[in-house]
This record gives sequence, C-alpha cells and structure tokens, in this order.
Amino acid sequence: MVNDSLKEQSSLESSEVFQLLYAIPDPEVPVITIGELGVLRNVEMINGRIVIYITPTYSGCPAMFAIESEIITILKENNISDFKVKTVHFPAWTTDWLTDAAKKKLSDYGIAPPEHSSQIKHLRPDEVSLKCPFCQSDETHLTSWFGSTACKALYYCDNCRQPFEHFKCHH
Amino acid sequence: MNKNLFEYTLRLGDTSLILSQRLSEWCGHGPMLEEDIALTNIALDLLGQAKAFLSYAGDIENKERGEDDLAFHRDANQFRNLLLTEQPNVDFGFTIIRQLFVSTWQQYLYSELTHSTDKNISALAIKSLKEVNYHLRFASDWTLRLGDGTEESHQRVQNAVNELWNYTGDLFEIDQVDKELLKHGIAADMKKVEESWNKHIKQVLNDATLSIPEINNFMRTGSRKGVHTEHIGFILAEMQFLPRAYPDAKW
Repeated sequence: MVNDSLKEQSSLESSEVFQLLYAIPDPEVPVITIGELGVLRNVEMINGRIVIYITPTYSGCPAMFAIESEIITILKENNISDFKVKTVHFPAWTTDWLTDAAKKKLSDYGIAPPEHSSQIKHLRPDEVSLKCPFCQSDETHLTSWFGSTACKALYYCDNCRQPFEHFKCHH
Repeated sequence: MNKNLFEYTLRLGDTSLILSQRLSEWCGHGPMLEEDIALTNIALDLLGQAKAFLSYAGDIENKERGEDDLAFHRDANQFRNLLLTEQPNVDFGFTIIRQLFVSTWQQYLYSELTHSTDKNISALAIKSLKEVNYHLRFASDWTLRLGDGTEESHQRVQNAVNELWNYTGDLFEIDQVDKELLKHGIAADMKKVEESWNKHIKQVLNDATLSIPEINNFMRTGSRKGVHTEHIGFILAEMQFLPRAYPDAKW
C-alpha cells in the first residue's frame, strides 16, 4: 500500500516543494508570501512522506487555517498525496525574519513595515516614529496598538491625513 | 501519562480560554471602535494560546482528546481556569481591571516558564509572552486613564478593584501539582510571580490614584480544584451549546 502510493507520488525533492510553497501569498496581506513572512519554516522528506512545518505569527492568527488549506491544494496539484502539515511553536515567530525586500513590498502596499527589534529595544513602542507609507512624512501618530489583524497597529498621518496600518515589530 | 503535567497544562489553557470567551462578549459593544478591536484582538490571542495549551494537554493525556473535546465536552467542575477570568464584564472599567490583574499574572508566570524544563511549555510561554506584552500595556494604560480620569471613571475602576481583589489570592494558590512540577523545574515558582505581580499592580494602581482595599483577609480561591463561582455555568452553556447539541457539526 505504502509502496503503491510512493510510485504515484511526485518526484519533487523537499527543497523544490519548499520553493513551491514559499510563493503562496499570505491570505491577509497578499503582497507578501508565507515564505517571506516566515510562516513556512521547513519541508522535509521523512520515509517518503513530505512533512511541512509552519508556525503561526500570533497564536490566534485565523489565517493559519487558510494557509494550511492552500498548502494542501498546491501539494495535490503537484500530485503529492503522502504529506503531513505540522504546526510548530519554536522558535517563536518574529518580524525580524522579514527580509528587506518583503518590507519594501509592505510599504509599497500602504502598510508601514516593522522596524528591526534591535532598533527599538530601549524605547516604548509608542515612541517609535514611523514614516507614513503614502507621503513619507514623519508626522504620524498611533491611534491603536490593535488593528484589523493581530499583527498590525493603527496609525494616522498628520501630514496627508490618511490613516494607515503598521506591521508591529514582534520580537 | 504524567497526571501533574496534564493538570498544569489544563490550568494554563483553561485560564486563557475562559478569559477569551468573556472578552469576546465585547465584540460589537466596545465603547469606541479601537477599543472594541483591541479587546477582541486580545481575545483572539488568548484563544490561540488556549488552543496550543489544550492541544498539548490532550497529547499528554493520550486518550485521543483534542483541544475541541477538552473545550466543549467538559463540565464546570472539570475546568481549571482562574476564578477572575469567569467574572462578568460589568462595564469597560471592570473589564480593564480584570485584564490588568490577569495579564500581569500571565506576564510574570510566562517569564518564569520560558525556563521550564518541559520543552513544549517553554516554547508556548515564549510565544505567549510576546502577545501578553501588548495586553498588559493596554490594560495598564487604560487603568491610568480611567483611574486618573473623571470622578465617575475613577469611581468605576475603584469599584472594580474592590470587587475583584478577593479573587487575586486564587492567582497564587499552589497545591501538590505545582510542588511536584517545581521540583523538576517544569512549573513556575509562584512566590516569585506573586512578588513581581504585587510590585507591578501597586505601581500601576498608585499611578492611577487608585487604592488597594484594606480589608483583604478573605480570599475566594478554588480554581485548582475546579470549585468555581456561579458564572462559569453560564459561560459554558453559551460556549458549548453548539458542539453539545450537534456533536457532529462541521464548520
């Protein structure tokens, strides 16, 4: 039984599966991928079975269900039937995993990207001065530490009078 | 199965679960849109933490009970949440003080548990702590604004402090489960947590011009044994109705 399913199994290597899944857009912030976000941790081949490791951004992030079902869809499209998606909690997700390229994409999308934790360690978070992603002004202020998703805070730009979201530094 | 570890993990999970359920009652009823979103965001974080802890409890128990079975198919006396978490929302000020007491407790408890010798407990503590930081800041800031605000806001949060204070002894009560697990470096040292909790709470309440009730010799405890206040039954009735009435219901 196991051997039969192995024969039908796609011949993709685990690194190729990783690349394939890396490109899945995040359901809440579709401008970046689950790979860039750091939700996709690793793909391993264990006894002919593909094991995918994902980690939640925030513990209660409801996007995890959508991400998992998207992963399953992509695997099936690539004729991979013997797989397991595992959620891991360690190491805990941090925005320090976001690449500069991903942060640029966020900014272009209208979301102020997170600072690297090393830059804000000694400040109270509401003392962090953010640039407005629309007009680049520094004249912005925090309106709420909680936003439309667990990972974002609400800001307001006093220059262009545009409310905007900030992807919170989480470390 | 490690019975003590199961019990300990259940306590962590249930506390987050019941507070999450309480906070989510605010959804659509917050005093301002931002605060409505904040309270439900906190509820969501807590729900995620509860899911992870209860899922781990199910693994430890090894009777094929997942987090949903534990959340929806246990009765009141089998729940191990802190008594504080089941107290009603009453008003925004009351909700804030309850949050301040519990978030401060979680902050120092999880800080201790990041060093737990149980790898799963420590991983979940590290993750949860990052989220609790936000909850605690939110609750502390609002305590300050309301306490040092208008006459009415001050009176309302002072009433909340007075009323909820009797449940704070429950936060630090320890039993054989804690003692056994502490020996193995798994559980947190509640003496340390209590010390830090007292320090932070006194500071925040003082800054907010609020006072700690003087008559505090009676403490209502019992959460470790599953002895609850009457409120738990009403929460469970609402939370568990659907999966109990329609056991095979799928989302």
